Amino acid sequence: MKIIVCVKQVPDAKDVRLDPKTNTLAREGVDAIMNPYDRHALEEAVAIKEKQGGTVTVITMGPPQAETVLREAIACGADDGVLISDRAFAGADTWATAYTLAKAVQTLGGADLILCGKQAIDGDTAQVGPGLACRLQVPYATCVQKTRNVTATTIEVERMMDDGFDVLRLPLPALITVVKDINEPRVASLKGKMKAKKAAIRQLSAAAIGADPQCIGLAGSPTQVVRVFPPEPRGNRKIFSGSVEEQVEQLVACLKAHL
Amino acid sequence: MDYFFTEQQQMIIDTAREITNEKIIPVRAELDEKNQFPREILHDIAKADLFSVFVPEEYGGFGGGCFEVVLALEELARGCVGVATSFAASALGIFPVMIAGSEAQKQKYLPDIASGARWAAFGLTESNAGSDASGIRTTAVEDGEEWVLNGTKQWITNGGESQIYTIIALTDPNKGARGASIFVVEEGDPGFSYGKKEDKMGIRSSATRELILKDCRIPKDRLVGRKGTGFITVMKTLDMSRPGIASLGIGLAQAALDEAVVYAKQRVQFGKPIISFQAVQHILADMAIQLEAGRALVYGAAKHIDAHPKDMSKVSSMCKVFATDMAMKVTTDAVQVLGGYGYMKEYPVEKMMRDAKILQIYEGTNQIQRNVIGQELNKEYS
Repeated sequence: MKIIVCVKQVPDAKDVRLDPKTNTLAREGVDAIMNPYDRHALEEAVAIKEKQGGTVTVITMGPPQAETVLREAIACGADDGVLISDRAFAGADTWATAYTLAKAVQTLGGADLILCGKQAIDGDTAQVGPGLACRLQVPYATCVQKTRNVTATTIEVERMMDDGFDVLRLPLPALITVVKDINEPRVASLKGKMKAKKAAIRQLSAAAIGADPQCIGLAGSPTQVVRVFPPEPRGNRKIFSGSVEEQVEQLVACLKAHL
Repeated sequence: MDYFFTEQQQMIIDTAREITNEKIIPVRAELDEKNQFPREILHDIAKADLFSVFVPEEYGGFGGGCFEVVLALEELARGCVGVATSFAASALGIFPVMIAGSEAQKQKYLPDIASGARWAAFGLTESNAGSDASGIRTTAVEDGEEWVLNGTKQWITNGGESQIYTIIALTDPNKGARGASIFVVEEGDPGFSYGKKEDKMGIRSSATRELILKDCRIPKDRLVGRKGTGFITVMKTLDMSRPGIASLGIGLAQAALDEAVVYAKQRVQFGKPIISFQAVQHILADMAIQLEAGRALVYGAAKHIDAHPKDMSKVSSMCKVFATDMAMKVTTDAVQVLGGYGYMKEYPVEKMMRDAKILQIYEGTNQIQRNVIGQELNKEYS
């Protein structure tokens, strides 16, 4: 079984700041980590590979330093990593990202199963997984909390819902996005780390995946970010104290004053 | 302090640290309270290849020496000495095979130990044979193509959880210590069973149990090394393993110091964080001094042992004594810095203090270690 896992390098959530001048995420000096949901997608892929046989290829679109997450993924059991990197990809929204990843997956000869994290913790859109599935025209299930009965031609999954879960069977090739409940990611092994250190990371440029320049990066992104801002602190709060009766009196007086 | 680790050594430290932070620390209080063996964590440790650290490369191991083992154990002990002891006991249990085993025995057992597919345990202690190990009464008698073992081993770490046991038994009871031999007993061997599981003060997640050998029949080829050389192999095994126990003291003391400093910075009394008071600063400073001195001795001893495998008894005993006495002192001081909170189970230092005590007792009490050092000094100056 050929499995592809899409991962993203994101700023460590413990250390998120906004640049006060530009109101965008300050990325300088902030540790970059593998998106936590993607770690669960990778673990699931490696676990399926260990049972079913096959290969796990990890792909990421990002700047050259995103190679770090690919090596981390290899240390955790992936067979190889592909870095989709080109200046022309800069400024991509979820629409252009899904297009770019789809072109890369096709360049790699497709996959039987594609796994993504539910969402990235920086953008929090949860759109790229489903977007990629649509571009590739394969069935997909989001928020998967368990995979079961993976065969060469189908996969059965539990999709987390507000009031329980759905059980879905998808024909392969298919794409799933996973939630954290699905597994406990393993710690990278010593042998994995040695392998990751030596691994050759394949790079794919916009030309290499045959991308239409109008569909990638800023040019291919219909989403315009007008402004990013921290929520306004709520002002004018009043906290009443005393017995319930006293507090009610204070509240009524306050409401009357504002009528 | 920078000890200039190689890239591989740093990799071992990082891997053990990830296991500690992600898998051990979140559950250690619960394992302690429930007296629960950390089976899941040992599987995680196996998946991370840490069991391979002490196994030679030709048997599927990482080929690390005493120093590499020490580095891994220190990090694991920072999380929980109970878990780290369970890990270390597998190394202790297989050392006799690594030291004196036949090629066939190494081929049979070491790859499984390296992958963590099977765990080992070391069966020496009996009710009447503790510090005086020559007092063992377990016997092994040849019967055709088999050995027949009879006796009871006590306080065996990983007892009931491991699949491979190295058992010390008398093959010639008249010869005393020179009549002892080592055997591999496997789980499921006829006549081999587990007895009482102990309820301990500390390292409660580790399993400590009786092994019962009642007409236990094992094939001839389970004898490790030559007949009658059992005690020589036991002494070599303990020489190799003691720096590991010392490193448990280092990891544990580091954890206690970390907790004490963080607390002292947060805790406000008389309008100031208590770390601003010299009385508290001096306790913390003494903890840090002793810890770093202990670490330097353990690392130095481990490197010496890797370079001079035939001359290890004295340094091995010295680092065990110093690091474990230090851990007892530093964990006790950590409880003192945290005061009433330190005595409560909501904070991790009371467990650390309970866990520290065993380090001064097992794998040779610190009094026995001093005997070893004294005897070696006596020899050196003769």
